[in-house]
Order: sequence, then structure tokens, then C-alpha cells
Amino acid sequence: MTRPPRSTVRDSFSVSLAVGLYGIAFGAASSTAGFSLWQTCLFSLLAFTGASQFAAVGVVATGGTPLAAIATAGLLGTRNALYGLQMSPRLGVRGWRRVLAAHWTIDESTNVSLAQGSFGAEAVRAGFWLTGGGVYLFWNLFTFAGALGAKALGNPAAWGLDAAVPAAFVGLLWPRLADQFSRTVALFACCAALGFTPFLPAGTAIIATVIVAVLAGWRPRS
Amino acid sequence: MAATLVSTLWIVAIGTSVVCFAIKYLGHVIPATWLSSPRFQRINEMVPVVLLAALVMTQTFTTKTHLVIDHRLAGLVTALVALRLRAPFPVVVISAAVVSAVVYHLH
Repeated sequence: MTRPPRSTVRDSFSVSLAVGLYGIAFGAASSTAGFSLWQTCLFSLLAFTGASQFAAVGVVATGGTPLAAIATAGLLGTRNALYGLQMSPRLGVRGWRRVLAAHWTIDESTNVSLAQGSFGAEAVRAGFWLTGGGVYLFWNLFTFAGALGAKALGNPAAWGLDAAVPAAFVGLLWPRLADQFSRTVALFACCAALGFTPFLPAGTAIIATVIVAVLAGWRPRS
Repeated sequence: MAATLVSTLWIVAIGTSVVCFAIKYLGHVIPATWLSSPRFQRINEMVPVVLLAALVMTQTFTTKTHLVIDHRLAGLVTALVALRLRAPFPVVVISAAVVSAVVYHLH
């Protein structure tokens, strides 16, 4: 591999570090939900997709069943399949490299990679691998730190950790609310989630709100 | 009971990992045409918006299947103000936690 442009390396590194830092919030959230240090680290090592990880531990924290937790995480992860579709022809790898590429296919690696388009195919590949690997490294280190920290603190509510989880979700949601249509859809989803909650088993209200996404996307926007 | 809870958590940790990896891997190996339906793409684009909004609501206003208003609401309002002021993600999360903890102790 030839040397990637310096700006690609810089973009990859800054995104990796900034995103990796969220790992502290995940480690703390997972720990607060009752997951052990090992289980928390396992999420970040093997699932490695932030929003899905937060969703799984969040559903457990509010008393949801394992199935509800896994299903919510899976639904949030479907966008990674579309990223894979985009990245696969650009990376052109087989065997274990393809397994690793799939594992590192997340919001950040895909977006940094595609943003390198004007610097050529080599920069696109470098952006993917550097960002994927960088986020993987920092995300796991900071998950470990966050889990250790939360274990040391004790009662999560006394330190505001129970409020840190919805704050993390709202932080992940915020950049997706750029247009009026998304904001309207989000508002309907909020109403649906609260409306379903008293009538469905814990954790399943979240999955039921997917109906809002189906209705919103069924027809092209006029 | 404790043993059941521990194994439940293992199921979630391993199940989530397996499902999330499988979805990523599928994207790399299936023919591009399978997921190219415009309707699927439109729905998929809305799924994170809907699920994240639903998670914000349930994580703030529910305990099991009950709707509640408690110290977490103060945290959510703080997070929204911080985002409005274009604060970086760690500041959003930490300020929400601090305000929520203060309200929890005042209560």
C-alpha cells in the first residue's frame, strides 16, 4: 500500500479519537445496566457498533427481555449492511481481510472513507482501514476505562449515570435531525414509544416504533 | 435468581455481538441488488431516527412498563440545551449526568 494523503490520516485519527471517547459513556452505561467488566468489553470487541451497543444495554436497563435487547440492537445495525454494500466493491478484499473489513464497517469508517473520494481509490481504502482500526482501538480502550470507572462509583443514579444513557442517545440522534421530515418522524416515534410502553412487555415498545419508520419510508417524499 | 440474571446478560452480550456482526458481514457478501429497493433504503434511513428517538423517551420516562418523571428529565433537558449550544458529545453526556445527579440528591 502506498502512503495515504496526510489529510486522510489526519481525518481518520481525529474521528477515531473523538468517537473512541464515547466508549467511556458506553462502558459506564453497560456497567450501570448490570453487565460485568468482561461482558461490557465483549460488546465493544465483538459487536463494535455504538448505537446498537447502547440500545442493547439500555433495553436491559429498563427491564426488557434479552430478545427485545438483541432485536433492537439488530434493527439499529441494519444500516451497517448498507455500508458494507458500499464498501465491499471499493475495498475488494477476500478471506480474513473481508471478515475484518465487515467487522470494522461502521458509520465512521464508511463516512470518512467515502469522503476521501476526491483523493483517489487508494485514499478511500486507507480512510476505511485507518478509521475502522483507529475507532476499534480507542473505542475498546475507553469502554474498558468507562466500565472500570462506573464500577468504582457505585449507585448509578447518585452520579447521574442513568441520565447519561438518554443523553448519549439524544447526542447520537441530533445530527440525524437536520431536515424537517426527520424531525417530524422523530416526534411521532417519541409519541409512539411512550404510547406503547404501558401496553407492551418491557423493551418491546422500542421495537414496535419501527412501524413509524416503515410508514415514513413507504412512499417517496412528495 | 442471580445465576439466571448473569446468564441473561451473557445471552444479550453474545447475541448482540453475533447479530451485529452477521448484519455487517451480509452487507459485504450479498449481491448489491438485494438491498437496492428504494423503499427498503427509505425505511432503513428512518430506522435510526425512530429507534434513537424511542430510546431517548423510554430511557428518560419509563421504569419497566411504567411511565415516570424523575431526575432523568433534568438530565435530558440539559443534554438538549448543550446540543443546541453545539457542545461536543462528551460535554453533552457529562453535563446531563451532573445535573441529573444534583436533582437526584436534592429530591
